[in-house]
Amino acid sequence: MTRDSLDVWDSQMRKGLREEVRKALADLGEESRLPSVEGSVVEMEDLCLAFGDHAVLKGVSLDLHRGETLSVLGGSGAGKSTILRLILGLLLPDSGEVRVEGHDISNVPLTQVLALRRNMGMVFQEAALFDSLSVYDNVGFYLHEHTNLAEDEIGRRVRDSLDLVDLEPDQVMTLLPAELSGGMKKRVGIARAIVHRPRLLLYDEPTSGLDPITTRTINDLILKLQTELDVSSIVVTHDIRSAFHISNRVALLFEGVLVFVGGPEEMVASEDEYVREFLR
Amino acid sequence: MSLSETARTPLRYLNDTLKGWALHTQEYFRLLGRSIHGSLSRPFYGRDLVVQMDAIGVGSIGIVILTGLFTGMVLALQSAVEMKQFGATIYIGRLVGASTVRELGPVLTALMVTGRAGSGMAAELGAMKVTEQVDALYTMSVDPVRKLVVPRFVAAILCLPLLTIITDVVAILGGMLIAVVKLDLTIDLYMRSVYLTLAETGFIFRYIPIDLFAGLVKPVFFGAIIAITGCYFGLKTSGGTEGVGKAATRAVVTSSIFILATDYFLTQVLIALLIE
Repeated sequence: MTRDSLDVWDSQMRKGLREEVRKALADLGEESRLPSVEGSVVEMEDLCLAFGDHAVLKGVSLDLHRGETLSVLGGSGAGKSTILRLILGLLLPDSGEVRVEGHDISNVPLTQVLALRRNMGMVFQEAALFDSLSVYDNVGFYLHEHTNLAEDEIGRRVRDSLDLVDLEPDQVMTLLPAELSGGMKKRVGIARAIVHRPRLLLYDEPTSGLDPITTRTINDLILKLQTELDVSSIVVTHDIRSAFHISNRVALLFEGVLVFVGGPEEMVASEDEYVREFLR
Repeated sequence: MSLSETARTPLRYLNDTLKGWALHTQEYFRLLGRSIHGSLSRPFYGRDLVVQMDAIGVGSIGIVILTGLFTGMVLALQSAVEMKQFGATIYIGRLVGASTVRELGPVLTALMVTGRAGSGMAAELGAMKVTEQVDALYTMSVDPVRKLVVPRFVAAILCLPLLTIITDVVAILGGMLIAVVKLDLTIDLYMRSVYLTLAETGFIFRYIPIDLFAGLVKPVFFGAIIAITGCYFGLKTSGGTEGVGKAATRAVVTSSIFILATDYFLTQVLIALLIE
């Protein structure tokens, strides 16, 4: 079997899931995207979650406004990454609600969860690129899986995304993740997350393990995407300096409870004991 | 600690352990069920299936040839010592043929593929799990069971019988090598002896010896065990790179035990269905 015929067979066999997702989208009212809603992009209301005896979130309520970047700060094990998993519908809360663009993600059928995720892009801590796929296949993964776009169009969109994250497409597209530096991996991870032009971007520790110069580059990139793609973003981090640089608002999580939500300047001026301890 | 609490601790431990086993069993069979369902319904990842058939099937040909060759040779050599005393060396073909096709071919092939491909599956999926690649699939609305497990499951089920045929043939040829070189039997005599033992239990579908058929039914089950066990422990991996190593070890040990136990029960069933 040639590579081309394999590709055709592969894509035909995958059509099933695409149909399922498309049907879910149609049920939600629009052919290709969920309808944009006014107000908050994400609304978390009194979220509680425990793993066994260990309570991770104890009544967290937090909103993400349209177009803003919100950083969630906190120490290790404070429940920051759990919030991202709840927004993605990968975890269900024990109580409380997570509404994404007006839809309660923990109370809709799986096909609608899949449809809701079409509007989200996730950037993982270690980039989570697929080891066996080239940069091109990694970035184009979503488009290959869920669209009927021609290969030329997918190629164009992959190039656009790589351009946006300041990578030279011709130099990196054929490389495997193992051949990339830490900073390049993060940028490819971001390119993969934005290739389908989501309206909500979720970053899990985007600057951890990077040197100060690369950290600054990634921070500038997050700011650039906010304006150029008009996305709303939640950044989970413990890097205070980065959070203050990129965020409109900052939230501080301590042992599963939100102890502060507000602008960076307000946080600096806060009299709260834990906030002062965290900033010290 | 009071006496009642001291007595309760081992009971609680026993309770937790049993609950843990029950949960593992439930999850294991759930993964098996989802894989069977995924094999029979869309979406199906054809390219991944071909890649896995290459990894599991083509990649294992070398070790199954060596396994078959040395197993056949040692069987002929060991039995020759006993049979020579009774002047029965002409029956060596029967012994090598019967033991290889009925038991050693399927079981040794499965154990070798477990060691090679089963551990590889657990390590690969485990590494994907700890580096969040599995989570990345979820976030992109791709079911990891369909994308990662089903191609390995189908590939293992298709490849194991073919690898078993290779082991059987090479083992019989290995036995023949010893029979001809060391015991001065003719090729014709040896092969006739192999044929007679295979024909003894009769034929199914007119031309296929029942022994050979039974020996090819087993690898289908063994393939399923290797893939599901490897993928199960891979997807359950936690605890970083150390966890990946543990997952690979657990996959090989569990899968080997399952293969040997299943072999016994399958043999019982096949004898009851095909021979009795």
